[in-house]
Amino acid sequence: MATLKLTQKQRDFRNGLLFALPWIVGFLFLSVYPLIASLYYSFTEFNAVTTPRWVGLDNFKDVFSDPLVWKSLKNTLFMVFISTPVNLFVALLLATIVSRNFKLKGAVRTAFFLPSIIPMVAATMVWIWMFDPTYGYLNNVLSWFGIQGPAWLMDARYTKWALVLMGTWNVGTTMLVCMASLQEVPVSYYESAEIDGAGAVRRFFSITIPCIAHVLVYQAILGIINAFQYFQQVYIIVTANAGVKGGSAAGGPENSILMYPLYIFHNAFTYLKMGKASAMAWLLFIVVAILAVVMVKLTAKVTDSAGRE
Amino acid sequence: MIDKYQLRKDIWRVCFFIIVAVLVLIYVSPFLVMFFTSFKTNSDAFTIPVRLFPRKWVSENYPAAMSAIPYFRYMGNTIYITVLSVIGQLIVTPMVAYSLSKINWKGSKIISGLLMATMMIPISVTMVPLYRIYSKIGLTNTYVPLILPAFLGKAFYIIITRQFFMGIPNSLIEAAKIDGANEFQRYTRIALPLTKPIMTTVGIYAFLDAWSDYLMPMIFISRPEKYTLSLGLQQFMSEYSVDWARLMAAAMVFVLPVVICFAVFQKNFVRGVATSGLKA
Repeated sequence: MATLKLTQKQRDFRNGLLFALPWIVGFLFLSVYPLIASLYYSFTEFNAVTTPRWVGLDNFKDVFSDPLVWKSLKNTLFMVFISTPVNLFVALLLATIVSRNFKLKGAVRTAFFLPSIIPMVAATMVWIWMFDPTYGYLNNVLSWFGIQGPAWLMDARYTKWALVLMGTWNVGTTMLVCMASLQEVPVSYYESAEIDGAGAVRRFFSITIPCIAHVLVYQAILGIINAFQYFQQVYIIVTANAGVKGGSAAGGPENSILMYPLYIFHNAFTYLKMGKASAMAWLLFIVVAILAVVMVKLTAKVTDSAGRE
Repeated sequence: MIDKYQLRKDIWRVCFFIIVAVLVLIYVSPFLVMFFTSFKTNSDAFTIPVRLFPRKWVSENYPAAMSAIPYFRYMGNTIYITVLSVIGQLIVTPMVAYSLSKINWKGSKIISGLLMATMMIPISVTMVPLYRIYSKIGLTNTYVPLILPAFLGKAFYIIITRQFFMGIPNSLIEAAKIDGANEFQRYTRIALPLTKPIMTTVGIYAFLDAWSDYLMPMIFISRPEKYTLSLGLQQFMSEYSVDWARLMAAAMVFVLPVVICFAVFQKNFVRGVATSGLKA
């Protein structure tokens, strides 16, 4: 009888592989295959039922000449450049508050964090109601201060600002990450700065910010990556307003909240131009991949330089 | 002359509390709006001046919302998907994490590097091929596309569990090895029992993710009887977009399990996010 005698190394390899097998299968099926298939599809034309037909670069030509692609890109870049920094600022502000010691600290932290785990459909729904120009709470509260609030989600000039506002309600996880990193700043730094007569603001900018810079950079890039993929809330809003007068199922008033990924989704599942959708998706993937590489490199660099000081 | 320094400190403290109070009020206001609107009559919700509290408290919106759409069917569907997803994640996550942290093999380094990368792949890229594959084998309008990924492990959970394992001394597992336990026994008898705290965190996140998921059901489910609560609520909103009192009641019932879950497991939330610095 030939008993198979494995060396320790071989046994480790076999066991390691077996234990990780579900993930490996998932990786091949849920990541690798779709990525390659999507790249192939981007050079083809098909709808949900037909077989893909090779069309060369036609989809990409179509993408670059479609004004709605550029419009949606502009909208998405708005979220990247406005919403991301605003969110990071708010998250840091909230984190600074909850890392101080005061009574009811736990309750305050709960109030700030809870919104981020509320199911997206429910949360977006409440916001649509709050944004109602006449009966919504937001404009009514503004009117106490004599401000005539805009029509928010109905007015193309304000729709994206409404999204920014809505986004700041949902920074709980970033806040927790900032909070954890704030707690790691050595107390002795603050104490010696206070002895040297540095005020609270000075301490914040000279000690806190440099000490948690690597986390901030990381969160900023993560935020940008997420902003490039931002669309579920918008989809909920446009479909909810589809029945309302002046609403449009495609991209909100004057397509002002037609985000790039939303346009991908519409192309794939509403207009059934799956080839074009794949071409758009791959362009998005390239951008996100570059950002991810930058994120890893930059965080390594910032952490490195912080460690050397 | 009283202590000027003390005075400044007091003023600063008062300012701090005012700022905190205002911020808290802003952050809880959507919850208050949802709660109070759900107990208003619909005409009350559409009366100027708008009041936060109902002029007359009614509870009729709750039964009305739940009979306007097949609420309990949707809830049943959602619970079914959620329970299976949580089970899947709880089985697979520690297994993979164990392989990456406690077994010394070539793949562990490679996979650990790839985990992060997979988190970055936009769903917009993967959704068309996946939709095509699932529809070809007739699995759209089933829950397979929603549940199967849970049994294949999710990067974020694996990363936080791997970190947890790294904090467990290898000597514990080595000792069992000397006693003659094989890998599987070492895993089930030594490693797995230790993971209870991190598995609680993973379980909660898996519950929340599956319960709230909107995009996946939207892509793969189109038959109304298969809807999840997310889809049902969305459909309810586009059909009854004027009946906000009823909509808020429906939303309340959807949100309540999440809030209860948070209240019970509050500590675990901070652990998961804080240790990894990741959660998107």
